[in-house]
Amino acid sequence: MDVMFILIGASITVAITFLFAFMWAVKSGQYDDRYTPSVRILFDENIQSETENKKL
Amino acid sequence: MPQQPDILTKHICYHCGDECIDEILYDDKSFCCAGCKAVYELLFQSNLCSYYTLENHPGINLKESGSGIKFNYLDEAEIQKQIIEFSNDEITKVTFYIPSIHCSSCIYLLEHLYKIDHAVVNSKTDFTQKKVFITYKTGETSLRKIAELLYSIGYEPAINIDDLAENDKPKVLKKLYYKIGIAGFCFGNIMLFSFPEYLSLGNLDMYYKHLFGYLNILLSVPVFFYCASDYFKSAFIGLKQKYINLDVPISLGIAVIFFRSVFEVISGFGAGYFDSLTGLIFFLLIGKLIQTKTFDFLNFERNYKSYFPISVTILKDKNETTTPINKLQKGDRIVIRNGELIPADSILFKGNAKIDYSFVTGESTPIEKVFGEIVYAGGRQEGDVLELEVVRDVSQSYLTQLWNNDAFKKTDVIKTKLNDVIAKYFTYITIAVALTAGAFWLNKDVKIAVNVFTAVLVIACPCALALAGPFALSNSMRIFGKNKFYLKNTGVIEKLSQIDSIVFDKTGTITQVKNAELNYYGSLLSNYELSEIKSLVKNSTHPLSQKIYGSIKCDGEFAIANYKEFPGKGIKGIVGENEYKIGMLEFVMAGDSKEDAENKASKVYVSKNGKLKGYFLILNYFRKGLSELVNELKEDKELSLLSGDNDNERQNLQEIFGTQADMKFYQKPEDKLSYIQTLQDKNKKVLMIGDGLNDAGALKQSDAGIAVTESVTCFSPSCDAILSSEKFRELNKYLIFSKTTMNVIKASFAFSMLYNFVGLYYAVQGALSPIVAAILMPVSSISVVLFAIFLTDFFAKRQKLI
Repeated sequence: MDVMFILIGASITVAITFLFAFMWAVKSGQYDDRYTPSVRILFDENIQSETENKKL
Repeated sequence: MPQQPDILTKHICYHCGDECIDEILYDDKSFCCAGCKAVYELLFQSNLCSYYTLENHPGINLKESGSGIKFNYLDEAEIQKQIIEFSNDEITKVTFYIPSIHCSSCIYLLEHLYKIDHAVVNSKTDFTQKKVFITYKTGETSLRKIAELLYSIGYEPAINIDDLAENDKPKVLKKLYYKIGIAGFCFGNIMLFSFPEYLSLGNLDMYYKHLFGYLNILLSVPVFFYCASDYFKSAFIGLKQKYINLDVPISLGIAVIFFRSVFEVISGFGAGYFDSLTGLIFFLLIGKLIQTKTFDFLNFERNYKSYFPISVTILKDKNETTTPINKLQKGDRIVIRNGELIPADSILFKGNAKIDYSFVTGESTPIEKVFGEIVYAGGRQEGDVLELEVVRDVSQSYLTQLWNNDAFKKTDVIKTKLNDVIAKYFTYITIAVALTAGAFWLNKDVKIAVNVFTAVLVIACPCALALAGPFALSNSMRIFGKNKFYLKNTGVIEKLSQIDSIVFDKTGTITQVKNAELNYYGSLLSNYELSEIKSLVKNSTHPLSQKIYGSIKCDGEFAIANYKEFPGKGIKGIVGENEYKIGMLEFVMAGDSKEDAENKASKVYVSKNGKLKGYFLILNYFRKGLSELVNELKEDKELSLLSGDNDNERQNLQEIFGTQADMKFYQKPEDKLSYIQTLQDKNKKVLMIGDGLNDAGALKQSDAGIAVTESVTCFSPSCDAILSSEKFRELNKYLIFSKTTMNVIKASFAFSMLYNFVGLYYAVQGALSPIVAAILMPVSSISVVLFAIFLTDFFAKRQKLI
C-alpha cells in the first residue's frame, strides 16, 4: 500500500503543473481577448509575409 | 464562412454596400463615392483584396466622416507622450480606439497594415474592445502618419483625453480567473481525497484517513483565505454599515464549514466537509465571472472630456500652434474652424459666429454671436473661422459646471435590493433555527448540540440563492444585448423592473430629423424653381431648411439678394427675379392665415412672388412607433417630456402623450436634473430616456437612464443602458421582460429554499453526513442555475425576444 504515497505525490505534482500552466496562460494575456484570435486563425496567410512579420 | 461578394449586383458600392447615387465605375466594380474607390485602389495595390471576400461590402463609407479632421496635433511631443506606450530608437508602440471596427474583414485589414505601410511592424486587433495595437519603426513614420493612414482606409481612430487614462478592468478579471483556477484545482483534488470517505471504505487504514484529512486542510487553506476573500470583505463592509447583504450568510456558512472541518480532522472526529466548501466557492466564483459579463465595446461612463477635442489651435505671436486642451489657459487666443467645438468659455474676437448649442441645450437652431460677446463651451461653430480669447478654464466653464453637481459624485453601488431583503430574513431565520436546534440537543448531549448548531449553519449557506440571481440576470442581459439593448451591469435589470414614471427628452430621442421623410404637396415645381428654392434654403441653418436642402437633387447655385431670416417663422429672399418666402403659413401668406395649427412644425410652406405654391410635409418626424409605445407605457406609468427646444410642437406632442403627461420646454440641463429629483422626492422610480450631453445630468440622477442612439458605438452620455434607436418601439417589451426576470429570480429562490429545507431536516437531527452535504450542495447549486437560465430563456421566447 505504500505505493499510494508515490501515487498521491505524482498526482498532485501533475495537477500543480496544470494549475501553473493555467496561471501562466492568464498572466500572458490569453484570456484578455477571447474573440479576435478565433477570427484571426481563419485568415489565409501569404506564408512569406508571415515569416517576415515574425522576424521583425 | 467567407462568401463570394456579389460583384455583379449593380448600383451597390463594392466597398461599403451603400446604394450608388453617382456611380463611379472602376475595375468593373461600382463605387458610391471617390473615397470608397480610393480605399479599394489602395487595398488592390497592397494585395489585400481578401478584405472583400471575408464579408460582403465590409468597407466604411467615407462620405459622412468629417473631412476637415486633422491629426496635426499628434506631432506635438506633449500629446505624443500621453498616447505612445513605448518608444525607443527602433520601434514605437501605440494603441488606438477605433469605433468603426465591426466585422472580421476589419480585423483582417487592420492586422495587415504592414502591407500598406512598410513602416508598420505589426498591428493587432482586439475586436471586443475595438482597439488596435500598432508597432511601427520609429524613424520611418510618425504617429500622425499612422493616424492618417487609419483614417484614409475608413478606420478613424477616436482619440480623446479619457482614453489616455488606463482602465484597470482586465486586472480585475485576471484576478477572478486566478481565483477560479485555484478553487477548481483544490476542489478537484479534495474530491479525490474524499472518495474513500464517500464510499465509506471502513477498513481504510487510519493512517491514510489522517493523511487525506491533512491534505484536504492544506488544499482548502488557499481557497478559504484567497479565493473566498471577497465574500468576507463584502460581508464585513456590509456589517460595518449595519447592513446585512447576501454575503453575510455565505461568509458565515463558509467560515463554519471550514473551522468545523479543520476541528473534525484534527480531533479525528470525522472527515469534514472540505469538498462541499471548495465546490461551493468554485461555483460562486463562476457565478461571479458570469455576472461580470459586460459589453466591452460600449462605453457607459463618459463625461464632458470625452466630447472635447484633445487639442486646440492657439494663436501666439501670429503663429498658429496646437496645444493640448488641458494646457489651455485664461487669456489664450484660440482659433475655431467650421465644425469645431469650443472648449472653454471665451470672448469672440473675430469672425461671424453661428454656434450650434444642441450639444448642451438640445436647441438645434444655431445662435449668432457678435464681436465681444461670450461664447460658451460645448458650442459648435458653423461657418467662418473664429478667433476667441479664453476667459475661463476648461474645468470651470458653464458646461462643465453640470458635472460638479452631486449627481455625478455619487458612486455607483450595485446593490441588488431583492437579494439583500431576502438575505436579511434568511440570516435571522437560519441563526434562529440553529440556536433552537442547538438548545434542544443541549439537554441531552453537548457534543451533538454543537454538531447540530454548526450543521444547520453549513447546510443553510445560501449558495444556490447567491447563484440564482447572477445567472438569471446575466442571461437576461445577454437576451437584451441580442435585442440591441445594452445594459451597463446586471443591477440595471432590477432597477428597470421597478420603474413607475418615465421622462423623455425630445430632440434626438423621440424626434429624428435626419431620417425624416419629406414630401411636397401643391402645384408642381419645375426643376428651375427647385434649384431656386435650394439656393435659398442653403443659407438657413434651421434643421428643416437643411432637410429641404438635402432632399432637392438639382443644383442650387443661384445668387440670393435681400436674404432675411425670421427666427421661428421662416426665410425670404430674391433669387434671380423671383421673390420667395419659405416657412410657416402665416409668415408666407401674411394676414391670410387660416391654417390648422396641428401640423405647424412639420409643414413648410413656399410662396413665389406672393403666390402660394405648396408645402413640404415632413413625415416621420417623430420616431417610428412612438405613439404606439406611448400608449402602452401610459397604462401603468407616469410619463413626462422635457425639451431644451421651444414649445412649437406642444400640441402635437400633447396629442401623442395625452393630457396627463407633464411637458416642459426651454429646459436647461440642470433643469432636467432637478425635475428628476423632484419626481424622486415624491418616491417615484424614474426612468430617463435621453440622447445628448444635455441629458447627461438627468440620466445620471434618474434611477435608470437609457441613452437612445443611432449607432451604439458612437458617443453617448454616461448612462445605465444604451438602446439602439431602431429598437425604440420595443422599450415597453424590455421593461416587461425585466419584471419577468425578477420573478424568475424569486421562483429560483423558492426552489433553492426547498433544498435548504431538505438539508435542514437532516441537520437538526444531527445526521448530516459529509456525503449528504457533498451531494446536496452541488446538486442544489447546479439545478438552481439551470432552472434560472431555462426560465429566462423560456419567457424570452414567449415574449418574442429571442
